[in-house]
Amino acid sequence: MKFDNLSLDLLNTISDLAQIPDGAVNIRVNGEAVVRNSSALVTISPRDDGRGFYLEVKPGTRETIHVPVLITKAGIKETVYNTFNIGENSDVTIIAGCGIHNPSHSDSKHDGVHEFVVGAGARLRYVEKHLGQGSGQGKRIMNPSTKITLHRGASAELEMTQIKGVDDAYRSTVAYIEDQANLKIVERLMTEGNQTAESDVQINIVGKGGSGQIISRSVARDKSVQVFRAALLGQAECNGHVECDSIIMDKARISSIPQLVAEDSEAVLTHEAAIGKIAGEQLVKLMSLGLMEQEAIDIIIDGFLR
Amino acid sequence: MLELKNLYMTVNDENGPAKEIIRGINLLFEKGKVYAITGPNGGGKTSIAKLVMGIFSPSSGGIYLNGEDITQLSISERAHRGISYAFQQPPRFKGLTIEDLIKIARPGIDQLALRGTMRDVGLCPEDYLSRDVGPGLSGGEVKRVEIAQVLARGAEVTIFDEPEAGVDLWTIQKLIGILYSKFKDNPDALTIIITHNENILRICDEIIVIANGMVEARGSREEVWPLIKDDVECKMKEQCGELLTYEI
Repeated sequence: MKFDNLSLDLLNTISDLAQIPDGAVNIRVNGEAVVRNSSALVTISPRDDGRGFYLEVKPGTRETIHVPVLITKAGIKETVYNTFNIGENSDVTIIAGCGIHNPSHSDSKHDGVHEFVVGAGARLRYVEKHLGQGSGQGKRIMNPSTKITLHRGASAELEMTQIKGVDDAYRSTVAYIEDQANLKIVERLMTEGNQTAESDVQINIVGKGGSGQIISRSVARDKSVQVFRAALLGQAECNGHVECDSIIMDKARISSIPQLVAEDSEAVLTHEAAIGKIAGEQLVKLMSLGLMEQEAIDIIIDGFLR
Repeated sequence: MLELKNLYMTVNDENGPAKEIIRGINLLFEKGKVYAITGPNGGGKTSIAKLVMGIFSPSSGGIYLNGEDITQLSISERAHRGISYAFQQPPRFKGLTIEDLIKIARPGIDQLALRGTMRDVGLCPEDYLSRDVGPGLSGGEVKRVEIAQVLARGAEVTIFDEPEAGVDLWTIQKLIGILYSKFKDNPDALTIIITHNENILRICDEIIVIANGMVEARGSREEVWPLIKDDVECKMKEQCGELLTYEI
């Protein structure tokens, strides 16, 4: 399989790929899987309807898996269902991500529905980057939906980043955490122009000794609108924390709505949320080191979303 | 050479008429010397430093660096002209590491120099370079990072704004050692230290006392010390307790 330069650039940005990697990989381009390789310990098989895959990781596997999606043709609108079953005591990294290049007047849309089941004692790191680009008037729309269940003693870290250029996004993340399992969700979001992004994260800690953490960092510029809802539900002796930090600029609008629900007297749930502009003293400090004002703003934002 | 000519600065007061906080400052600073600016709180010391860095603008008067009028230059332009300012309360940055900041301060700095600068301020590079300049650092650590940036820059004019404020006694001693070794008798450096610390005052070639927005006194340590002794000792007691106050 050969990719054109545009696709290679997108692949590189969303999943750090310069070529097709060894091991298990599934690359979806313009509505179809153009590369699908299983490995000895990771099996990727298509759904019967062709709209996604089942990914099975054998117990005890240590591997990095790539599953990026590209849309470079105009007018493609797709919903993809992917199921990830992570075997017990595995330690895997899954690099996902979606890049849309839309040079046309028609909207392009990718709805990715992911379901993860992380087996007992397994560790998962999931990295998802979203990027929109292209000079057309058509919107670049991404609506990722993630459901994750962590069995006893499992741990997972989900790093979900919307780099830029996504006009509309609705992100839904629901998690169930069983005994002694822990989950950390890190969401980074940048919106500009008239873009809108809405994110609903709900972590249900159902098992004793479970823990959940939601960290959200976002920057809204121009007239963009962001809504972030983060709910933690503690149904057992557990720990949970929500941290939402946003930088607001220009005429943007941000709603940050943390919610804590405890259904067990041993549940310890906390949250902190802050929205504010770039601090003047930060700008002055960086300018005193020789940066121009716009350079200083870019560095502060890049660092904040890192 | 840095020259402040007939400098005035007025600020708007929400509760009353505009207030003149710098009133006719004339000062000449020469290369190769270390100057202390001291005086009571609210007297105008930090305002002078911020006027030199371009953070504040004067209502009248001029600032000249090696004969060039820099009064209208931006903060960044003054930084490029060779002025460096260590903030009294440096800001923190979420997501920017100490290494990031020092590399902004001195683009292209090599690893050897970077690590040496960290050791100069008493921060072990292995432990600190990758840490965020965020809430995880103590006030004293942030202050040392601030000084590391200034050292890395190696600017022609360096202004320290109360480097002793908010740092522990060990760090103050370390800091005095740095100021002495890097700036004292350095023919390429013009150093201005805003301070209330008696031990820092000892290493300065000249002391300038600023009060009520004006130069109240200027001269050698021996000339100025009798005028400020009581105030400095009072401030030292406030910062360090009784044990560290003594005569010079």
